[in-house]
Amino acid sequence: MSETRVANHSKTVADGRRLWEEALREARLREGNFTTISGAPVKPAYGPGDVDVDYEADLGWPGQFPYTRGVHPSMYRGRLWTMRQFAGFGTSAQTNERFKFLLDHGQTGLSVAFDFPTLMGHDSDAELSLGEVGQVGVAVSSLADMETLMDGIPMDRVSTSMTINGPAPIMLAFYIACGENQGVDPKLLRGTVQNDILKEYQAQHAWLVPAEPALRMITDVMSYCADRVPQWNTISISGYHIREAGSTAAQELAFTLANGFEYVKRGLAAGMDVDTFAPRLSFFFDSHLDFFEEICKFRAARRIWARHLRDEFGAEDPRSWMIRFHTQTAGVSLTAQQPENNIVRTTLEALAGVLGGTQSLHTNSMDETLSLPTEKAVKIALRTQQIIAEESEVAHVADPLGGSYFIEAQTKRLEDEAENYFQEIEKRGGMVACTEAGYVQREIHRAAVAYQRALETGTKRVVGVNCYTEDLDAEPEIDLHRIDPAVEREQHDRLEALRKRRDSDKVRSELDDVREACRSGGNLLERFVSAAHAYCTLGEIAGVLREEFGEYHEPKIL
Amino acid sequence: MPERKIRVLIAKPGLDGHDRGAKTVATVLRDHGMEVIYTGLHQTPSQIAEAAAQEDVDVVGLSILSGAHMSLFPRVRAELAERGLKHVLLTGGGIIPREDMEALEGDGFAKLFGPGTKTDDIAQWIQETMRARWTEEEVEA
Amino acid sequence: MAQRAADIAEGICRGHKHALARMISWAENGDPRFPEALASIYPRIGRAWRIGVTGPPGAGKSTLTNRLAMALRAADKTVGILAIDPTSPFSGGALLGDRIRMEERTADPGVFIRSMASRGSHGGLARAAVDACDAMDAFGIDFVIVETVGVGQAEYDVIGAVDTVLVVLCPGAGDGIQAMKAGILEVADVLVVNKSDLDGADRLMMDLTETVHTREIRREGREVQWEVPVVATQAASGDGVERLIEHVGGHRRHLAEGDLDQVRRAKRVQHVRRVVDERLDEELWGPRGYAERAESGLRSNATPYDVAEEILSSVLGSGLGKTAEQR
Repeated sequence: MSETRVANHSKTVADGRRLWEEALREARLREGNFTTISGAPVKPAYGPGDVDVDYEADLGWPGQFPYTRGVHPSMYRGRLWTMRQFAGFGTSAQTNERFKFLLDHGQTGLSVAFDFPTLMGHDSDAELSLGEVGQVGVAVSSLADMETLMDGIPMDRVSTSMTINGPAPIMLAFYIACGENQGVDPKLLRGTVQNDILKEYQAQHAWLVPAEPALRMITDVMSYCADRVPQWNTISISGYHIREAGSTAAQELAFTLANGFEYVKRGLAAGMDVDTFAPRLSFFFDSHLDFFEEICKFRAARRIWARHLRDEFGAEDPRSWMIRFHTQTAGVSLTAQQPENNIVRTTLEALAGVLGGTQSLHTNSMDETLSLPTEKAVKIALRTQQIIAEESEVAHVADPLGGSYFIEAQTKRLEDEAENYFQEIEKRGGMVACTEAGYVQREIHRAAVAYQRALETGTKRVVGVNCYTEDLDAEPEIDLHRIDPAVEREQHDRLEALRKRRDSDKVRSELDDVREACRSGGNLLERFVSAAHAYCTLGEIAGVLREEFGEYHEPKIL
Repeated sequence: MPERKIRVLIAKPGLDGHDRGAKTVATVLRDHGMEVIYTGLHQTPSQIAEAAAQEDVDVVGLSILSGAHMSLFPRVRAELAERGLKHVLLTGGGIIPREDMEALEGDGFAKLFGPGTKTDDIAQWIQETMRARWTEEEVEA
Repeated sequence: MAQRAADIAEGICRGHKHALARMISWAENGDPRFPEALASIYPRIGRAWRIGVTGPPGAGKSTLTNRLAMALRAADKTVGILAIDPTSPFSGGALLGDRIRMEERTADPGVFIRSMASRGSHGGLARAAVDACDAMDAFGIDFVIVETVGVGQAEYDVIGAVDTVLVVLCPGAGDGIQAMKAGILEVADVLVVNKSDLDGADRLMMDLTETVHTREIRREGREVQWEVPVVATQAASGDGVERLIEHVGGHRRHLAEGDLDQVRRAKRVQHVRRVVDERLDEELWGPRGYAERAESGLRSNATPYDVAEEILSSVLGSGLGKTAEQR
């Protein structure tokens, strides 16, 4: 470091900089806003003097605190990232088929997308579910549906990610019970349940009950899994939805990590040792189009988390300090116009995720602004990852951009912006208070409107949308994947048959036990697993929670 | 006489929680001088129609990204009709395939907007359509 | 769609919500059909109790309004809510988001919710708000709650027109001292300390209780005192809302024991004045062309006062004392 400092102030470097700055003043520049996609200004070039990093303290080697350069010493030489394509639609049988298709084509992990009724804790035959069953994901109303979903898939050998939040503990219970019925010890189950309720209130909006009981269920999951499902990631703290809702990169970073800190605080308040649960916290980020800003965001996330976990929360196990994260390319960056261009966008975003050191990756399909992805589009998306992994040779070196003046300056800038938000959040009474008062939502909304303005005034250019446009009325030459309305009827029939065949006394007593645990404070996940085995439905269990805890209502944002 | 304002209800039918577009459009319409009532997430068709009735809006704009538009949009249209609100300018947007847009536009929806639409274009279309309607009303009166 | 005043009036008498909604739009737009419709429903007005809810932003007015409506509904009373939000001074538009806070009330047939933007004109907001309350009253609604942010003269005018004024404060955000400085406390019939579980709530309660004032009415020729109560609530959970409703009832009995008609008539006088002012304003500066007259007066080097006197005497004839004297 001291050598760098000397170099920074050496006469030749300073002279060179002055000459360059003079030349720059003379230069004719292109019209345009030279900012990141988040609106942060960037200089025309970075050099010594633009960044002050201490290699040991701020970067470290890969696998070393504060993990700025990656969580593993060997990074992708040891193991490539997991290619995990999010999938789910229609009935559990249809999605089961798609899962097998993806596994056959070399995908290494499953990722379940649920439909809106399931995400909101409603059975497929509930009145509110009308028209939405199986539309944007798979309908799973009970253990029976989960059994069909995982049929013929060895649950001790795949890792499964389930994107669900409000009813996450119930869905996890279905999964554990399903494994038990397959003869798989819960200790062998690997995977992740998103279970990140704070960002639901803030951005994604699929919730069940108000914040306090929801947070209690999360700590129930953390403590249950610490002993009994030890390989399960109990929560995937997600910036993805915050970003997709319109936030800047810095906001995504700040709000996601602040949510993470809140879960750590809740775990500690519930009497757990931080090192028993923190290693099972995982993260999920967006990878947007600003290539360098995204890479820096991932690097900053690792550094911030490591520092706070060690220094603020007193974690001693290095696994508690490490952020492991999944990345998905930015759905909002896709355009309905000239949809084939989306393959290129997704490639850039995926590459940023890989250069940023992600542990797993989902690449979006080119047709997702039009409907659910077709099989062909999904395959191209998966192949994109495979080409990056096998052909581009980028996976040989960990954090290949580390040490770049620009990368280090921007990593620091994002870290500083996040720290400023942490202070602001603290001042406003913490993350729950900020969420209930709508502060986080308003910050995101403001950024979303600013981005839309930039797009419409043309300061932000998007190919096919506000430049290089083609005839807007031209029909995109793309096949659409539609959900057959028969799915809804099929689900109704399945549920009706289930309700007839199960032991209704057992169902009643299990639901009573859930109610009792709500009141007494007993571990709810334990009750849910038991209720799952009795084939209590999602809507029935969630219904008890709603009655006991009340429903969440969004604050006024506008 | 105070200036007559265009009153717009922006609503999200169904369980889909993606409100970025709805809130952005609401804000932009406000910036174009309209009075915008935003009813929040997870609204049933009857709640939306009831709000439209009580607020006596000129325009109802629905936003949906869940794929349930072919079920929910016609139900909102029917609920509005049931309350005698056939005069309301009905519009919407979201992830809606073109052929569905065409079907809905033949079924009581004046115009639907897909991804990538400029919000200013939406505002302008509403203003022009309402201005034309009001002029027509005046002529009739 | 029925567009004649008579049809709308009849719709209101028959309980058609859309007729009520349309009548409120007429009030907002200053539509000439409003006075005609009002005339035929006027005998039905006077049964509703009108509650104003005001206070600084963030005090929890919407949530409290929602809770009040919930409690009144539980007592089988019908409720009308008029939620007033500010108009953007830049665009003239408004974002009206209060329905979000009304939660299940929006699906309750016994509740009518209307959002109103403050718009630009001086007395226009209060005039439209009172007109809207009248329409809801004639519709047969038992309780009308008018919710408004306590800033600006226009909002004070609105609040001054209701029967019982609740001023809502909460610790921290809009604290007591600020409220006192703003003069907001003086309009209160009941003071509410919301979010009473927060730090500083006890202190705020004490401060308010110390400065509590009385409001006077005349009853049988003598002054009767109303001691303004200070009530603690937690609108989020509903704690204290029942007690708040009891105090509203107390204030109602207090007014009813006095000359309620007289109190209300005094408020009506203000309303007449608003209508007159608004009409005069429109007439003089619109079709009658006084703006042009002022312009030409000033062009010939007359002072603004001279021009004003000339206009006043032209409007009022020689009846104006000062003008006559000067002549």
